Amino acid sequence: MVERSLGRAIDQAIGDAMARDETVVLIGEDITLLRAALFARYGAERVLTAPISEGAFVGAAAGAAMAGLRPIVELFMVDFIAVAFDAVLNHVAKLPGFSGGRWTCPLLIRAPCGAWYGDGGQHGQALWGTLAAIPGLTVVVPSTPADAYALTTTALAHDGPVILLEPKLLSEEWLEMLGRGGRDSVQFDVPPDGSRGPVADPPAEVAFGSAVVRREGTDVTICSVAVGVHRALEAAAALASDGVSCEVIDLRSLRPLDEATVVRSVRKTGRLLVVDEDYREFGLSGELAARTLEAGLAPRFARVCVEDTLPYARALEEAALPNTARIRTAVQALAQVPV
Amino acid sequence: MQLTQLYRHMARSRAVELAVEKLWNEGLVSGEMHLGTGEEAVAAGVVTHMSEGDGLALTHRCTPALVVRGVALVPLFRELLGRSDGLCGGRGGHMHLMAKEQLAAASGIVGASLPLGAGFALAAKRLRRGAIGVSFVGDGALNQGMALETLNLAAAWSLPHLVVCIDNGWAITTPAGSVTAGDLRGRARAFGWHAEQVDGTDVVEVHRVAGVLVDRARKGHGPTFLHANCPRLDGHFLGDPLLRQVHNPTGAEVKQTLSDVLGGATTAGGAGLLSRAGSMLSMGGVMAKARLDASRDGAGDPMQIVRRALAQHGEERDRIDGEVKCEVTAAVAAALGEGGGHG
Repeated sequence: MVERSLGRAIDQAIGDAMARDETVVLIGEDITLLRAALFARYGAERVLTAPISEGAFVGAAAGAAMAGLRPIVELFMVDFIAVAFDAVLNHVAKLPGFSGGRWTCPLLIRAPCGAWYGDGGQHGQALWGTLAAIPGLTVVVPSTPADAYALTTTALAHDGPVILLEPKLLSEEWLEMLGRGGRDSVQFDVPPDGSRGPVADPPAEVAFGSAVVRREGTDVTICSVAVGVHRALEAAAALASDGVSCEVIDLRSLRPLDEATVVRSVRKTGRLLVVDEDYREFGLSGELAARTLEAGLAPRFARVCVEDTLPYARALEEAALPNTARIRTAVQALAQVPV
Repeated sequence: MQLTQLYRHMARSRAVELAVEKLWNEGLVSGEMHLGTGEEAVAAGVVTHMSEGDGLALTHRCTPALVVRGVALVPLFRELLGRSDGLCGGRGGHMHLMAKEQLAAASGIVGASLPLGAGFALAAKRLRRGAIGVSFVGDGALNQGMALETLNLAAAWSLPHLVVCIDNGWAITTPAGSVTAGDLRGRARAFGWHAEQVDGTDVVEVHRVAGVLVDRARKGHGPTFLHANCPRLDGHFLGDPLLRQVHNPTGAEVKQTLSDVLGGATTAGGAGLLSRAGSMLSMGGVMAKARLDASRDGAGDPMQIVRRALAQHGEERDRIDGEVKCEVTAAVAAALGEGGGHG
């Protein structure tokens, strides 16, 4: 059992995979600085510094993956996937469909995501809903170091393209670099269990499409990913003293989605709250509502999501995000509706 | 334009950047704050040629050009402080400053200022003949597809577009030369642009050459490209991990980096010894480059260069310094004043 930060757990999984498999290469802007230990260990032949050309290096990584390499592409932030979106949407995701299932593209895209440190609406988006809407992609979002290691390892053994989102608030290295910058004069509400934690030896495995129940309860099911899981757990602890029992599900993987775990819980509670740091419309929250309806359930439903462009000011940003107070209020309202 | 007038613009720009640095250190500015220290001569030399109706497309390092363009300082500071009475209501922040009155817009997406400036130029061509679109862009950004596509588009449409490439030699924290092929002026010329190079620390030279290029664009002779070299004095952003290590070589961060790098280099499995040694050498080279660049008030600092050029006018220079200091100090105090919070 080794204690690791979430970011270092991903690094470790990448380093271990590179040792096992010579075809794994790491590509990204500033990669030799960001992943100095991997650069020192694997050299410039397998750790490739890219120009600021996301369209080119994500597209090239896709081609390399089709031709035998297993590239890991690191984006500075998931927001910048917009610059490379053609490669992701029209090429990487389409290959299995276009080839009649004969050709796959084992590409891992690692991208920091999310807000909570005041970087504005172009650098703090979650975007997992946008990405998970695309057939042909796998989208995973760890909320603990152990899951970060496990999901990265699963991704590097998978035949198809995977987008691994690394929540910046939970990633000590990113938060230090982008948010704190060596200052003691700024504070961040970091969930301790998310940013540091044990990675077992040998590490536990997590399959795609397997959610985990982080807290059991009987009145309301709360589904979330990333920072939202920790905010939901904090709210659930407070709600317990109000007499409301919450079950908190960490989805971990959005595409594929562990519908069975969600349905099982909602059948028990009859109430579903989705806590989503991504946009409210046409995303995860609507998807979960649809899945439960399709399963024949008609739960009392509510959602706490991001509703507009994220504002820069810290106080406005906090209010716009699915914070604990918003979750608590939403659960209290939902719990009062008879099932 | 007289050198003292250009100097005033540069001095205001530097004073604003230093005030922002202080606010950031105090924790009053959040996120990645990219200072434009080192770019003052380019901002002053180019933006003083702009007139009403000209559009200005900027990057994440946008404050110097906005200050020279005449954006009021109090709302600018208030925006960085995230106040509701800021330039954008505290909602945009330092990478996304929008000054509609000056038709000036910034973006934190690298390369985005090129197509945006081309669009400003297109609107100018249709609606305000004689007006132009100006894009500021970094050297690293000229590797973005949208930037290269704009080199074609603006020339194909013969737009009144001036692109100012501020070449500080860095692509984030990677030496730009290590990830850039060919030469940047050659790229622009290959698409039929008129391209000039200038020493971006010499404000007189920047102002003279920019004047010629702006004039060309206004007369409808198509897009023009100004390549200006200048230093990046404060790293990619405040708190830049490279600079922190350069400034504090015995600090905890250097120890952490050394431990990571040595740990990686000595872990079994991986590349051969030569390749590992190559990695370490390359990382050392990046540190050495960062150390060279990070000398504010050194010989390459455009403020020092212009101050020396004004040695004969010491009295006037000092008077400008005094006035600028008063103006910026008062603007910061006003920005920090009552009201405009977000609870």
